[in-house]
Amino acid sequence: MFKRLPLSDTTCNRDVTITFDDLTVTAREGETVAAALLAAGMRNCRTTPVSESPRAPYCMMGVCFECLMEVDGVPNVQACQMLVREGMQVRSQQGARRLVHDHA
Amino acid sequence: MTSYDFAVIGGGLVGSAIAYGLARAGHQVCVLDEGDVAYRASRGNFGLVWVQGKGQEIPLYSEWSMSSASLWAGLTDELYDLTGIRTQHQAPGGVHLCYSADELSSRQSALESLSRATQGRFDFDMLDHDQLRQLIPEIGESVVGASWSRLDGHANPLYLLRALHAGIQHHGGTYKSCGPVRRIRPEAGSFIVDCERQQVHAARVVLAAGLGNRDLAPQVGLSAPLAPNRGEILVTERMKPLLNLPTTYLRQTGEGSILMGDSHEDVGFDDGTETHVLSHIAQRAVRALPALANTRVVRAWGALRVMTPDGYPLYEASETYPGAFVACCHSGVTLAAAHVKRLAPWIAGDTPPAEISPFTAERFHVQTATPV
Repeated sequence: MFKRLPLSDTTCNRDVTITFDDLTVTAREGETVAAALLAAGMRNCRTTPVSESPRAPYCMMGVCFECLMEVDGVPNVQACQMLVREGMQVRSQQGARRLVHDHA
Repeated sequence: MTSYDFAVIGGGLVGSAIAYGLARAGHQVCVLDEGDVAYRASRGNFGLVWVQGKGQEIPLYSEWSMSSASLWAGLTDELYDLTGIRTQHQAPGGVHLCYSADELSSRQSALESLSRATQGRFDFDMLDHDQLRQLIPEIGESVVGASWSRLDGHANPLYLLRALHAGIQHHGGTYKSCGPVRRIRPEAGSFIVDCERQQVHAARVVLAAGLGNRDLAPQVGLSAPLAPNRGEILVTERMKPLLNLPTTYLRQTGEGSILMGDSHEDVGFDDGTETHVLSHIAQRAVRALPALANTRVVRAWGALRVMTPDGYPLYEASETYPGAFVACCHSGVTLAAAHVKRLAPWIAGDTPPAEISPFTAERFHVQTATPV
């Protein structure tokens, strides 16, 4: 559904490997988590806390809070405001965020 | 000028509960609400339906609170059937957390004396840390124990207010957002209420304007010596269930947010927030539930409690101007069911509920007051 724009000659972004739930996804350095996952074909990133209806990244600029996901064990991270890193573990969120007892 | 059986001044929880109680009994009611500029205790409060610990100086207040708590489930069902709005009322019992053995034992003796004063109708249990952990697995190690009462619960005050407003309209009542009431003029056994933009005529008038009752009450031969007391609240992002019963200053809402209160501040009519107060509230909450340290706070606000000098309510009928009543209290959520089902019938002409007899302003008049 989404495709990346062609890179300009001056950029040479490396590939970065992250996981999304049980999938391995190849992203590019400098991309946000939300952009990388949309490019990889992700349709939903979470379900809402009350009605549990599906949601996906929407504004892509940190305003709408639709793209909340669990990143490296931290719930409710705005995936559109977080750059990908090698080995990052991203999980979709089902309903309200879970309790986290110890920060990584 | 339209004429009504009752003009209720104030569209917050106290006024709306009384107006709903009057409208469901078939009276023609008009609610005069100041509008969104008003100090809205009803839109800032914490949402406890709370009994334990209340009424230590005046045990009839414990009886009044227990009466309301016992009527709450029926009110919530009635409002849902009528309006489709759920108040999210639950009564799983509630706990007051204690952080030292001294605190726990003084809590116990205070509640024991309250229980004696109500001939055992108010009952409670003391829990040690392990018993408390059975109820709240996430409880912090520094919480020594708690008092527990089966009578306590909580609800969403915003949905309650919406449901009452919808219920008033369902029963043919009128709601006007009309700006502040300027004057109440007693006239030939009835009342003309001057609002900013219009006048309303009513056979009887109920002052339920919160702190605004201070200026309105003397116009109909009553007095309402009230002062604002600020409480600040923080709310977290929505979480999976972790606190399945309310505590005095922490509760989890139906949507999953954790509300953290509360402060008691004498700052006049300033309903803002202060960082050091919010910080103290957050620290105390994290002591109670250490897992909250890893959650985000999404909003904070301050609101003004409507406080009489002794903190107890004020319910009084005017002797100089029969047909005028004043009603104000700090516990608009807890007492909502009693206001609908027991206070409104008194205002409509029934005998007063026995529990409210101490709550006239006479107790504040130094010449006449007797010790309670």
